[in-house]
This record gives sequence, structure tokens and C-alpha cells, in this order.
Amino acid sequence: MTKAIEAHGLTKRFGKTQALAGVDLEVDEGRVLGVLGPNGAGKTTAVRILATLLRPDKGTARVAGHDVVREPKEVRRSIGLTGQYASVDEDLTGVQNLVMIGRLLGLDRRAARVRADELLTEFDLLEAASRPSKTYSGGMRRRLDLAASLIGRPAVVYLDEPTTGLDPAKRDDVWDMVRVLVRQGTTVLLTTQYLEEADALAEEITVIDHGRVIAHDTPRGLKRQVGGQTLEVRVAHPADLAAAQQVLARVGTREPETLSADLVSVPVAGDTVLPQTVQALASANVPVVEFSLRLPSLDEVFYSLTGQRQGTDAGGTASGTGATGAPTASGAPDAPGAPTASTQNEGEAA
Amino acid sequence: MRDSLILAQRSVTKMFRKPEQFLDVTLQPIIMTVLFVFVFGGAIAGSTDEYLPFVLPGIIVQTVMFTSLTIGVNLNSDIEKGVFDRFRSLPIVRSAPLFGAVLGDIVRHAIAVGVTLIFGVIIGFRFHTDFLSAAGGILLMVLFAVCLCWVSVFIGMLARSSGAVQGLSFLITFPLTFGSSTFVPASTLPSWLQGWVAVNPVTHVIEALRGLLSGTQYMAAGTTLGGELLWVAGWCVVLVAVFFPLATWAYRRKV
Repeated sequence: MTKAIEAHGLTKRFGKTQALAGVDLEVDEGRVLGVLGPNGAGKTTAVRILATLLRPDKGTARVAGHDVVREPKEVRRSIGLTGQYASVDEDLTGVQNLVMIGRLLGLDRRAARVRADELLTEFDLLEAASRPSKTYSGGMRRRLDLAASLIGRPAVVYLDEPTTGLDPAKRDDVWDMVRVLVRQGTTVLLTTQYLEEADALAEEITVIDHGRVIAHDTPRGLKRQVGGQTLEVRVAHPADLAAAQQVLARVGTREPETLSADLVSVPVAGDTVLPQTVQALASANVPVVEFSLRLPSLDEVFYSLTGQRQGTDAGGTASGTGATGAPTASGAPDAPGAPTASTQNEGEAA
Repeated sequence: MRDSLILAQRSVTKMFRKPEQFLDVTLQPIIMTVLFVFVFGGAIAGSTDEYLPFVLPGIIVQTVMFTSLTIGVNLNSDIEKGVFDRFRSLPIVRSAPLFGAVLGDIVRHAIAVGVTLIFGVIIGFRFHTDFLSAAGGILLMVLFAVCLCWVSVFIGMLARSSGAVQGLSFLITFPLTFGSSTFVPASTLPSWLQGWVAVNPVTHVIEALRGLLSGTQYMAAGTTLGGELLWVAGWCVVLVAVFFPLATWAYRRKV
């Protein structure tokens, strides 16, 4: 399969900060690569180099078959960039923004207008088309930004933290649009701080931290790197917690960990753990409101790779829907894209 | 060139959408004219009728100075907001956004000059020269503004925020406009200030514009239209020779 993006040994220094210290990235045509890392890991620097906005100090990168340093113009013809901060012109209307970019891409007035209308329809912005984009909501602005990056039907699209600051419903909208894009054959490089987002959209994930790649794998492969599965049990009455702990201690590979007054978890191995545990809990007379068996969350993966927790709620509380299928309100649902919002998707992936 | 024109169209569109920027080139010169002609005119020149042909060219120059120095603010905020990243990810000439902004600003200058002149005529200003001189005066203004705007572009590329650009530009504009013969004849100033006024490019633009619009009798004693035009041409060359390379260098470094 041909590579849409191929970068080797990218380094970039800004004064005293080594933003990139030798990063390799590869994406096959028509695939989605998630570049995952905390703030300041070097994700945006990498995207800016791949989008020809920055020159690397060292290393090479080819995008759609063209070298980003030697053939920037050819690269620019093949890419669409959606910035970390929506880079549409606030004072222009939605349609003016899109027509202007269409014309800068070489379309004549009429063709630019037609293409703008197509995208405004596709991104559900037709009603707001003639309003200045500064009046748009955050989600609308992201959609306009995404539309703006697609005018030239680019083969490769960079989405630099496309959902940062959006509430979960708006975030799902953006995700759906990314999925449509991929179905149409576009290669996507997505940077994100949200493990859940990479898990939901990307086929492969490159984890970077302090300007270095610390892991590269599929989402499932990454989870396996950390090994085993995690069993979580939420008891109906906190009084039963000790009993549940005793049961889990028998089936687990380590000591159970108490996560809250009614929630206990333990790493497990083997295929018979589930029925075994259910039975043991039943005979110990412990009523259970939530029961889940899942691969470790990406938060836990990240923790084991970097030794850093990503925010206070990371890892432990992100319980899956698991066997009970009960929706767990473990995360604050309106905390924009917080790692805890990973509930549903972890469940799906497991 | 095509890209620059498309981007020039963008800055013109933006100007009409941003009332504060539009007011800069419409209401502000009118207020200045009213203030100076009717409030100070009698005290400075004996009568408002005497003062109007003297001060109107000055107000035109001042307005154009202010508008030509806003380009740095606009460019800086474009970069801040990430709009330039989008431009740069497009297959267009790298300097197109810069030249687009400069071209777009010509429309602003033309509006500023036009509004001030029309308002001047309404309150009694009469051209004492022929049509060609008047048209030449307007052209001279726009030309000077285009040369001066590179100072602002340079500041806009160096400063960290658009607010800082505004502050710095104001610092520069102030001595340039008030330390000149914009509002009072230079002969009334203390001699140390006259030294500055004599070399200040704005003084020469104003004197030349007085000669072209109001007639040579409103120019300072001892100056000739030809001499002043030469001064202006010289200053334009210096401004462009110094600040165009600096501005484009800073632009390339920044974007």
C-alpha cells in the first residue's frame, strides 16, 4: 500500500525547547492515524511541518509523494489543514470564507460558489451561510473550518485537535464527519489529547511525548501492550464492598483496587473469569449494579507508557458499560472531551 | 497577482463589516475637521474661513497616516487567529496575503481622502487649483500611505499582540502628525521643534498637498511645490528602501 505520509527523524527546536526530537510518522493511503500526546508533546509542530508551515531542523517528510521542504507547493495542493484554533476569518460570512479559499485554490467565481454551497449543505451550515462566522457556535465554527479545508478535495487532511473545547454532542458530529471523509478515501492525520478520540477514529495510533514517539500500534494492540484485562464491580450497597473485594481477590492476578466507596477493580486473566466471578458474587449474596470486563483504557496505556496521569479523572474511573450494559455516569458529561467521557467507547472497543 | 487581488477583496469586505475600522476613515476625519476648523480655527488663523484651506490638507494627511498604520494591527491579528496558517497551507504565493492587505488598504485610503474632501467642500472648502493638481494631490496621498504602511507591517510582524501594535503605531503617529505643520504654521513653533518639523516627512507631504489642493499661497514661506514634492519623493524612497526589506524579512520569519 502506498504511503500518504512518510516522515523520518523529524526534529525541530524553538530556542531552548526541543519540540521534536526525532519523530517518525507513517500513514497508508486512505487510513486514519491518530497522533496522541499531552499538551506540548510536539503534535502541532509535527503537523505544521507536514503542512509546510514549518521547516524541520532535521529529518525528511513526504506527503502524497512530495517532499515537504523541496516541493512545498505540490504538497499544499494535496493537503487540507484544520487548525487547532478554527482558522476561518471571523469577519467574513461562512460562504465568503469558503468562496475566498476556493478562488485561492484556482476556482473561478462561479465554481467556487458551487463548491461552497456543496460543502455548506454537507456540513449543515446552509442556514448560517450568510452570517459572519464570529456569530457561529464553537461546533459550527469547527464545521466551517473543516469545510474550508476540504474545498480542494485534498488527498490528505490534517485535523489538529479538531474537538478540543467542544461538548460531547458536538464532538460526535465532528467524529461523524471524519468518518464520512475516510469513507470517501481521504487519508487523515488526527492529533488529539483525548485517548478516546484516537480510539474512536484512528486505525493506528502514534503516541508522542516530549517530542519523541513512545509507542505506535493499533488501539487494541496498544491496550494489549499493557497486558491483561480489567474487571470492575460496582456494588449496590457500599456495605458489601469488603465481600466483593474478597471475591475479586480470588479471581484476580493482583490485589483488588478500591476506586470509590462502591467500586472495586482488579486485573484478571483467562476466559473463565467472567462466569466464575458472577457465580461467586451470587453465592456471596452481593448485589451488583455494574459489572465490566474490558481491555485497559487508553488512559491506562498512556500512564504505563509515560508514567504520567492525564488529568485527575484519568484511568480508574473510566469504567466500561461491560456486561451489565448499564450506562455509567462516571464522567462529568459536559466536561468537554475530558478523558472520563470515554465510557461508551471503551465498552465498544473491549 | 490574482491571489493578492482576491485577498485584497477580503480586506475590503472586512472593512465594511467592521464598523470601527470603517468609522476610522469616515467619521474620524469629519470629527477632526469640525474640531479644528470650528473650535480652534478662529484662535489659530483668525477666522474659520481662513483656517479651512490651511488645515484640511493636514487632516487628510493625518487620517491617511492613521489608516496606513492600522495594517500592522490587522496583519498581526490575522496571524494570531490562525487565518494566515490557512493561507499558507494553500498553494498560493507566500507573500500574497501581505500584498493583498496592502492593496486592500488603498481602498481605505481613497475613502478617507474622499470623505474628508467632500466634507470639506460641504463646509466651504474650495479647490484653488486645477483638476489635475487636485487629482495629483489625492494620488500623492495614496502613494505616501503605501510607502508608509511598510513601517506598520514591520511593527505588526515584530510585536507580540495586535494590541501592542496599536500602542506602538500610536507612539509613532503622534510626533509625526503633531510635530509637523499639520495644524499650525511651523514658524510659530519654538526653534528646536522647527528643526524636527523641517525634516519630518509629514510636514512635506502636507505642504505639497496644500500646494496641490488649496494653492501655493497656503504653503509655508520659503517652500516651493516642486521642492516639497521632491522631499516627499525622497522620503518615499527612504521609507520603502528601509522598511520594505525589513517588513518582508519579518513577514517571512513570522509566517
